[in-house]
Amino acid sequence: MAHIEADRLSIEFPLYHVAARSLKKRLMARAGARLKEDASHRIVVAALRDLSFRIQPGERVALIGNNGAGKTTLLRTLAGIYEPVGGRLEVAGSVGSLIDPGAGMDGEATGRENIILRGLFLGMSEAECARMAEEAGQFSGLGEFLDVPIRTYSAGMAIRLSFAAATLMEPQILLMDEWFLAGDADFIQRATQRLEQLVTNADILVIATHDMKIVRTWCTRAIRLEGGRIVADGPVADMIGD
Amino acid sequence: MRSPDARTASPVYRHDADHPRQFERAVADLAAGLRRWRLAWALARLDIRNRYRGSVLGPFWMTASTAVMVCGIGLLYSTLFKMSLTEYLPWLAVSLLVWTTINQTVVDSCQSFVGAEGVIRQMPLPYTVHVLRFVIRNALIAAHSLPLIAVVLALTGAIPGPEALLAIPGLVLIAINSCAVGLFLGIICARFRDIPQIVANIMQLAFFLSPVLWKPQLLGADAAWLPFNPFFALMETVRGPLVEGGASAMIWGAALAYTALSCTLAMIFFVRFRGRIAFWV
Repeated sequence: MAHIEADRLSIEFPLYHVAARSLKKRLMARAGARLKEDASHRIVVAALRDLSFRIQPGERVALIGNNGAGKTTLLRTLAGIYEPVGGRLEVAGSVGSLIDPGAGMDGEATGRENIILRGLFLGMSEAECARMAEEAGQFSGLGEFLDVPIRTYSAGMAIRLSFAAATLMEPQILLMDEWFLAGDADFIQRATQRLEQLVTNADILVIATHDMKIVRTWCTRAIRLEGGRIVADGPVADMIGD
Repeated sequence: MRSPDARTASPVYRHDADHPRQFERAVADLAAGLRRWRLAWALARLDIRNRYRGSVLGPFWMTASTAVMVCGIGLLYSTLFKMSLTEYLPWLAVSLLVWTTINQTVVDSCQSFVGAEGVIRQMPLPYTVHVLRFVIRNALIAAHSLPLIAVVLALTGAIPGPEALLAIPGLVLIAINSCAVGLFLGIICARFRDIPQIVANIMQLAFFLSPVLWKPQLLGADAAWLPFNPFFALMETVRGPLVEGGASAMIWGAALAYTALSCTLAMIFFVRFRGRIAFWV
């Protein structure tokens, strides 16, 4: 069964391309901030600190918290992009991530080529990809623009295509940034339907969001992050009230 | 239904910072990356298309510029070295093409991960895919210049015998070394952004220190030292079979030794720093 289990999970970002020396001086002055010096005297940002949680199948988890609380970093870590610096992480089940809709898009390639490319990124065969391109093309409603380089697209068209391409998968664990729920008003109706289907088919949803409306409609549990730490974790009703 | 293997197999991703199992992960990364060659191929083709977008000759510009260089340098240096044009030209053509390929590959290897930053930070992919993409990209560019060699060899009547087929293992060695360099320099350049400039300088120096324009025989007795130059050994595994009737066992031995060395070095770095690449790019 799909599940996610984190035990004292930590992620630290090294800061290399900044003036580390003057930064160190400031660090001396202000102890306890998220910037710190690690064992080999590098300046690091403690992006996630000692997170422990377990997500069971069927749970729809909202990651809430201010900007910079570590929500997207946690999503990327769960997706396997960042390897934990400390602690343990176990993710069982196929993972699909909708973190950045434009990820892996090529401005010079046509919409259709980009969908095929996305399919290849997801590990599909070329025949599957071509079929998928047809489906995603219809869904995005781009029509003849599907065979035009996407650098010529309007912002709205780009979002539609990204959305159609990004939702090609059917994962057991769906990781999502709220970005995906913002967009073109025209499109939002159909987009919501598709997302709902995607979410219903997934065993676990983890979504990073600021929007309490999204939390209430989509989620069963909320984890509040602050400064890279979990400050609260519980059922949505307890966490944000009505 | 869409990704049946992913559905049924239900992969488990485990990571324990206290037991990172770095070697195991690096090997798994290599295996998974090689299995995804279709993706690497598609990305490499897009790279080439984007690089030469709107250009009439496209990647053949490199062929054209090499052709011009071969003619110009051929006329001048055959006089300087007091060699006949028919003797010097085939050698120079193969030399220059192999060298340009090696040079471009090494310089480009600094970008193998940094250039894929957008993908690395957004999608979990085996890092090997990015290296493979870079190798295929450079191999495709090099392939555009192959006809030029055939043209020069045919024009000067220096058609090689069946030993020319030995150039194929030579090209394979260069490809393997490209993978190793792409991993090694790719990782180092992701961490230290000054390395690409240093690499470019070293390559320029290597061009003059390696027998690209000049024949090794001109060194006389000192030519015995040449196998210590890895660029010479690798170049010679392709050039020898094509224009000199084959390369010596010494050259092949040296080339194999350098390949083993570069692969070991790359693997050590890959095992040790693979998990850090996403933080560095």
